Amino acid sequence: MIQVDSILKSFGKIRAVDGISFDVKEGENLVLLGASGCGKTTTLRMINRLIEPDGGQININGQDIRSQSPETLRRNIGYVLQHNSLFPHYTVAQNIAIVPKLLYWDKNRIENRTIELLEKLNLSPDLHYNAYPNQLSGGQQQRVNVARALAANPPVLLMDEPFGALDPITRSNIVKDFGDLDELKKKTIVMVTHDVQEAFEMGDRICIMDKGKIMQLGTPSELLFHPANSYVQSFLEKQQLTLAYKAIKLEDISEEWESEVRKSEKENEIQISSNSSIWDAMEKINNEKDMNTIITIRNKNNQVKRASLNEILTAYSHLKNKLNK
Amino acid sequence: MNFLTFISQQSGKLLDQTLAHIGLTFISLLLAVLIGLPLGILIARKRKMAGGVLGFAGVLQTIPSIALLGMMIPLLGIGPKPAIMALFLYALLPIIRNTYTGITGVDQAIKEAAKGMGMSVNQVLFKVELPLAMPVILAGVRTATVINVGVATLAAYIAAGGLGEFIFGGISLNNTNMILAGAIPAALLAIIFDFLLSRVQKISFRRLGIALWIFPLAILILSSFYILPSTYEGKLLAGFTPEFMGRQDGYLGLKDKYKLHTRNVVISDAVMYKAVYEKKLDVISGYSTDGRLKAFDLVTLIDDKHIFPPYYAAPIVRNETLQKYPELEPVLNMLSGKIDDSIMTELNYKADYLKQDPETIAKDFLVARGLWKASREGHKATIRIGSKIFAEQYILAAMYTLLIKGYTDLEVSAKSGLGGTKICFDAMTNNQIDIYPEYTGTGLLVILKTPPAVVDQLISSKEKVYDYVKESFNKQYQISWLKPIGFNNTYALMMRKEQAKSMMINTISALVKMDK
Repeated sequence: MIQVDSILKSFGKIRAVDGISFDVKEGENLVLLGASGCGKTTTLRMINRLIEPDGGQININGQDIRSQSPETLRRNIGYVLQHNSLFPHYTVAQNIAIVPKLLYWDKNRIENRTIELLEKLNLSPDLHYNAYPNQLSGGQQQRVNVARALAANPPVLLMDEPFGALDPITRSNIVKDFGDLDELKKKTIVMVTHDVQEAFEMGDRICIMDKGKIMQLGTPSELLFHPANSYVQSFLEKQQLTLAYKAIKLEDISEEWESEVRKSEKENEIQISSNSSIWDAMEKINNEKDMNTIITIRNKNNQVKRASLNEILTAYSHLKNKLNK
Repeated sequence: MNFLTFISQQSGKLLDQTLAHIGLTFISLLLAVLIGLPLGILIARKRKMAGGVLGFAGVLQTIPSIALLGMMIPLLGIGPKPAIMALFLYALLPIIRNTYTGITGVDQAIKEAAKGMGMSVNQVLFKVELPLAMPVILAGVRTATVINVGVATLAAYIAAGGLGEFIFGGISLNNTNMILAGAIPAALLAIIFDFLLSRVQKISFRRLGIALWIFPLAILILSSFYILPSTYEGKLLAGFTPEFMGRQDGYLGLKDKYKLHTRNVVISDAVMYKAVYEKKLDVISGYSTDGRLKAFDLVTLIDDKHIFPPYYAAPIVRNETLQKYPELEPVLNMLSGKIDDSIMTELNYKADYLKQDPETIAKDFLVARGLWKASREGHKATIRIGSKIFAEQYILAAMYTLLIKGYTDLEVSAKSGLGGTKICFDAMTNNQIDIYPEYTGTGLLVILKTPPAVVDQLISSKEKVYDYVKESFNKQYQISWLKPIGFNNTYALMMRKEQAKSMMINTISALVKMDK
């Protein structure tokens, strides 16, 4: 869907982006991850031409992005910044309506779409439709921000540290809601963050950058178990285990689990989505207070699979050994 | 007369002046916004130009307002045009600077979001930058308005009207009511407009839609106030000084006795002769011995109805001073009979047109008449000589100074430039000065405020007037009138020689008849 080919950008003597190339598949969520100054934001902004590359080319859907005017390009790309980019002099509804208005949608269509989005993002239209940004909390503002980017239903979404300014509780709520949005599943998303955990939670593939170059581009498992160089290894070292638990889905380790129902009635059982991570499962068990609680899932073949905490962790270690070979 | 009586008597003029004042302020404000706002937007885009543009506008502001007005005259003449130009230049800085600050102060993240969503440069400007910068821009407009209301008082100086007419008139005539009648409304205007604009600011960017249209509409309406007061008859234009406007032996007498209805403007003495020479005015008030009569080829009109009394010049001295220093009187009288009308005009011409300084003119004259003696450098006591603010007075004061220094052992200190008859005379009664040259007519009408019945009996004879003022001043103020110097500097109306000839106007009555 998006092809980035050898793009270069220098500011004075500094090479912010040093000849990098990568692809983003349709429907994929690619995360650009790195420390401050690694070039991830510059790269992102070259995709919607807020910055023009000094060299190289970017194609979206096979078309060079320079073949149309920047304004036309941007109206078909959703752009989410940190929360204080809502227009303070527009209501929530007016903010969301910005791109649809630029695309000359009619009033009714805009109104319906706005209400739809507010509801999807858990913002009550009655309370918030005519509110001004300064009347909303930080978390609510960021939801509006996302709604605004999604308003015209663009196929591509660019997000620059979208949850960076939020407190951990609000952030985890939004990330969860965000992940549940069906609309997003079909979109091609490029997201910039410096938060490793966020990257591993949300990314299908992660691109670790340093000093304008790509250190490694791969799935969370690839990065964890097959780091390409010492930079990647030390980058992820501290949080290796947490990241692994958060990145690996139950679906991927459920093959060796049993399907039969246990005999004992004293056993507690809870069902969760097969797309949940190991970490999610452990948190659920912990919340049940009975550490012997059994987790059940329906895998992609529609089979029921069951595992205790012990069996989950054993399956993980088998996977790890397999991957480490 | 108390203040409120004055206001109710002069309410017509007050309204005229207030409307003109509002008009001037807002026309120039409108121009400043039309030009300053786009300029501010331009330099917000091209930051490199910001320094130069802001610097230039800043320099304009540092020029003293009167100087700026004066500089406009050779370019734009007199009247509303130079006034509006000067006010416009004054209002530029706050507007350009606040537009620039407002726009550059808009949150970068918001601008980037707007751009990133696909707004064109103009859309970002009109939908995001300007609305968000509006509070700051409006603050600039407020500042400019208040500045302009203040500076517009100077417009009266160059015949553009406005509340300055009362203020300057009041200063010349030492009439506190008049000064306040001009100053208080001007201050009120500034306060009211500032308040109204603060309300507009509060409306802020939310209901910007309507406010955006009401605001310029209001400015346009207020600007039109300037055009309104032009219900004058006649085709000629007269210019009178603020002092002339208020005097019975001036404009008031012209209106009463001659029924003069010529359209007139108030203008300062410094500018009016050039103005009539350049055909911007047709008739002006002036003095019959003014050197500029010769310089600008003007002719005086005969006062056939005798409203201008004789103005024979003579030195007036405090009795106390004469008694203390008896050597003073004969020395001062040395000038008596030595200067007639044409000689005085010639001396004034040297000062006003040839730009010679009064001390040189005085000395040359005394030397030519064999009256000059080198200063004795005496230190017996100091005599203070005053003079009003025009060349003739400076020259006479200089002559007296040289005579006193040369023929007595007394020191002389000059207190020149006392604005207006009242100020000069009050200085004398308050023992700030001992001598100054005064005119019999002025003494009769302005200082003694002689009732009209008595004036009518005296006015035809210069001797009668002299005797009357001499006796009255001595009795009422203990001031002596010494012997007349010999010339008669009356108020007069004057016109360009060729216009007076072609219209066959040689008297004031003829003028009134011609301009029906």
